[in-house]
Amino acid sequence: MCLGVPGKIVEINDKSGLKMARVDFGGLFREACLDYVPEAQVGDYCVIHVGFAISILSESEAMETLDLLKQIADIEEELGPEPTS
Amino acid sequence: MKYVTEYRDAALVKGVIEEIHRTVTRPWTLMEICGGQTHAIVRHGIDQLLPKEIELVHGPGCPVCVTPLELIDKALAIASQPNVIFCSYGDMLRVPGSGRDLFSVKAQGGDVRVVYSPLDAVALAQKNPDKQVVFFAIGFETTAPANVMSVLQAQRLGLTNFSVLVSHVRVPPAMSAILGSPHNRVQGFLLAGHVNAVMGYHEYPPLMEQFQIPMVVTGFEPLDIVQGILKTAQLLEAGKVEVANAYQRAVTFDGLKPAQAAIEKVFCECDRTWRGIGMIPMSGWCLRPEFDSFNAEKRFNVGDIHTEESSLCIAGQILQGLKKPHDCPAFGKECTTENPLGATMVSSEGACAAYYKYGR
Repeated sequence: MCLGVPGKIVEINDKSGLKMARVDFGGLFREACLDYVPEAQVGDYCVIHVGFAISILSESEAMETLDLLKQIADIEEELGPEPTS
Repeated sequence: MKYVTEYRDAALVKGVIEEIHRTVTRPWTLMEICGGQTHAIVRHGIDQLLPKEIELVHGPGCPVCVTPLELIDKALAIASQPNVIFCSYGDMLRVPGSGRDLFSVKAQGGDVRVVYSPLDAVALAQKNPDKQVVFFAIGFETTAPANVMSVLQAQRLGLTNFSVLVSHVRVPPAMSAILGSPHNRVQGFLLAGHVNAVMGYHEYPPLMEQFQIPMVVTGFEPLDIVQGILKTAQLLEAGKVEVANAYQRAVTFDGLKPAQAAIEKVFCECDRTWRGIGMIPMSGWCLRPEFDSFNAEKRFNVGDIHTEESSLCIAGQILQGLKKPHDCPAFGKECTTENPLGATMVSSEGACAAYYKYGR
């Protein structure tokens, strides 16, 4: 139930006083409420959970984390468990 | 898809797991709070790739598992009434109460509907002014923003035929109960990333101080989970006690302030019974008295249904990290996903269901 899924906002509109969005989940489109992330824009990626955006994903934080983890993986490659020759 | 594919990169996950092997020198017991993480760990085989020194025990973060029998009996009583449309998240339909489940109420003619979002239930109330629409508002901090918005939206629209049956639970009091137990084995926590997306993680440093235990905010993709485990292992090996964030793209220290304000407006803290565990003081949320007119327990007069839990299954001990699913003599024998004895086997997020499905 806590499995929030990342999706991309493709359209924003107002519905019954709520800020709603059409969200692209890799080709599957669903509606989500943006009331808790009022600063969200078309093109942003959000974590959507039971029809509500609960986080706008940060591209810079994501890049930083991936770079860090790639460094860890690179260290592993350099140490190399066994040579191929 | 962006923010998914790169976090399932097998080479990168392998690289981080190698680093965990290099880091760990002693045995450590870690608990992942969230049932969604339990399933990801078992589905991707992460538990089998970790060094033998790291034992993962599975926490109580499965809302369907911990919803007390009594609330399910109340849901069944309301859903069986004529003129009621009873709406629920799909996971709850198969969970047995004292006798039957919501599916069987539906089979016997009850109008039980699965909704994706609580706002779908509000829309049903708008479309059906001659019916009473009831939403089963269960879950942890992750579903709370959505659940309280359904009440606020119904109020805004002036709906008098919408109400909620609330069974909300919170993570920090459950962690406090686990850590405070004389049987506790947990030495480090992987925090439930989406709970922290909503609430931030400012509630956790006091717990960390009190119990002197490291905690790491952790996401849900394989790379997120191994990163969370690595960070926890690094802290434990270094003898450091802190609350760290290994899910920075989605979680900030303060969390989602507008959602916290909405929760605060609609809910107040209350004692809550956890299925299989028992009552944990101030571990739940319930409706504030000013929202009594949206309280299904009062509208349908089911407040005095009281049910005793069965002692057959060991779900409670599993939810506290004291036992693993195969420690149960009924696991995979009398108790399967087709014929579950307890909630940890019923729920798609339950630890027993994960072990059964992925052959542990």
